[in-house]
Amino acid sequence: MKRDAKNLTNTLALAAFWVAGITTVVVLFAVIGYVFINGARQISPEFIFTNPHGVNAEGGVWPTIVATLYVTGLAMLLVTPVAVLAAVYLAEYAVQGRLVRTIRFAADTLASVPSIVMGLFGLALFVESMGLGFSVISGALALSFLMLPIVMRTTEEAIRAVPKYIRWGSYGLGASKWQTVSRVVLPAAASRIITGIILAAGRAVGETAVVIFTMGTMINTPILPTDPGRSMTVHLYQLSMEGINMPAAFGTALLLMAMVLAFNLSARWLLRRNRRMQG
Amino acid sequence: MSDTLDCAASPAVEGAAPEVKITVRDLDFYYGDFHALTGISCDIKARSVTAFIGPSGCGKSTFLRCLNRMNDLIPGTRVDGTVLLDGQDIYGPGVDPVDLRRRVGMIFQQPNPFPMSIYDNVAYGPRLHGVKKKSELDDIVRDSLERANLWKEVKDILDRGGLTLSGGQQQRLCIARVLAVQPDVLLMDEPCSAIDPTSVQKIEDLMAELKSSVTIIIVTHNMQQAARTSDETAFFLQERSGEPAVLVEFGRTADIFTSPKDKRTEDYITGRFG
Repeated sequence: MKRDAKNLTNTLALAAFWVAGITTVVVLFAVIGYVFINGARQISPEFIFTNPHGVNAEGGVWPTIVATLYVTGLAMLLVTPVAVLAAVYLAEYAVQGRLVRTIRFAADTLASVPSIVMGLFGLALFVESMGLGFSVISGALALSFLMLPIVMRTTEEAIRAVPKYIRWGSYGLGASKWQTVSRVVLPAAASRIITGIILAAGRAVGETAVVIFTMGTMINTPILPTDPGRSMTVHLYQLSMEGINMPAAFGTALLLMAMVLAFNLSARWLLRRNRRMQG
Repeated sequence: MSDTLDCAASPAVEGAAPEVKITVRDLDFYYGDFHALTGISCDIKARSVTAFIGPSGCGKSTFLRCLNRMNDLIPGTRVDGTVLLDGQDIYGPGVDPVDLRRRVGMIFQQPNPFPMSIYDNVAYGPRLHGVKKKSELDDIVRDSLERANLWKEVKDILDRGGLTLSGGQQQRLCIARVLAVQPDVLLMDEPCSAIDPTSVQKIEDLMAELKSSVTIIIVTHNMQQAARTSDETAFFLQERSGEPAVLVEFGRTADIFTSPKDKRTEDYITGRFG
């Protein structure tokens, strides 16, 4: 009798785990499937490569793709040197103490600032005070604040993961600290650092609040960093919330998901390739 | 540099200035509050192989790292006493540990090629010290790999990653990498404990060849290896845990292994402890 009760509890627990697990998978496929079914019909070379036109934004989404990749690429360029140098300082040079703990805590807190707050900050600082206006450069600066802690912490972890005895080998040959860091440690950590940058870029591609505040909503193919633009996420928001063109909104959503997926897969591929080379 | 004295075979001139490469006097070493070594004094002869033996944790690797100031990299360490390399105090003011480590190269227990090509591994040191010309680097790489008895095995795969080699080959690559910066002294910290027996043989042969031009100091757990490869042997011992280790006995390898003066040395080499 007692054993039956035990078995029953076991079965119930198992069922609960199973249901919870399946729910996750179902939610994922529901979202992807829904967007795919509604968006796939839209996808065509014309949709990707032409400008939207008319009151209902018929036609394509090309300017928003350009604006999205432009602002993300520029943010990557801005954030990488700062984040990598900060990480090198934290991992290699700083005396591990209160200051370093403070910097790490600041980075972690920065990473958890809601992105709309970052957007507001970007609006106040870059768009207005610095007079950069709604522009790709304002958007890239604000996005780089969002990416900074992610890239910095992954870079720090990557540097720490380089084995000590590899550094000793370099010091043992009469290398200075900077020579060791720049010629051995950073190259050895490079693929993990790049992976971190790509993952952060994937996050930036999907970011809406920051860019709506800083890059504006104007449909325009930006050429100069000072040009305004509309990111894919903002385009998606406008098309759907203002009820202009739902099919195009789903098409944009599908492209956006494909782009984020591409970023994440390339990061995974890089990491795996590197593991094979060093293993 | 004088090559006229064959140090290992001429006991008559023992103690004569030119043949002593490293002189250590009253060396004490601390890891923070922990007193690891005390009262170490010895003379290490040029162009010979000196083995440091002793049980685990007896400070022989720590002492080895005192000789190229590798311990400087560990925060909180402190050295008292004198270490002279060719008569110059390596802990004296104005000595740059970075320059010192070029002259006193080091091989580690774990083969540690850099994650780059075989060629770049060997060229790393010369490039650090300003060699830029491709033809000059080519010569150094070839010469160093030949001296490390690795050239024949890798001459067609120089652009392959150093980490793709076997463990024993990796260790010889590390030796070639050190030789490329022309050190006077080669410190080897248990260089054979992580590799297969055939490779051990190759590295021991290599030591015998290299000692005509380089002073070699090897830390080893393996007493047969010390007996086979070295001209002189130093026996280190930490008698009680928490106390600093001492240099119990230092002398010609043949004497240490056949007629040790100290009872503790005898007990160790006959396998009574350690």
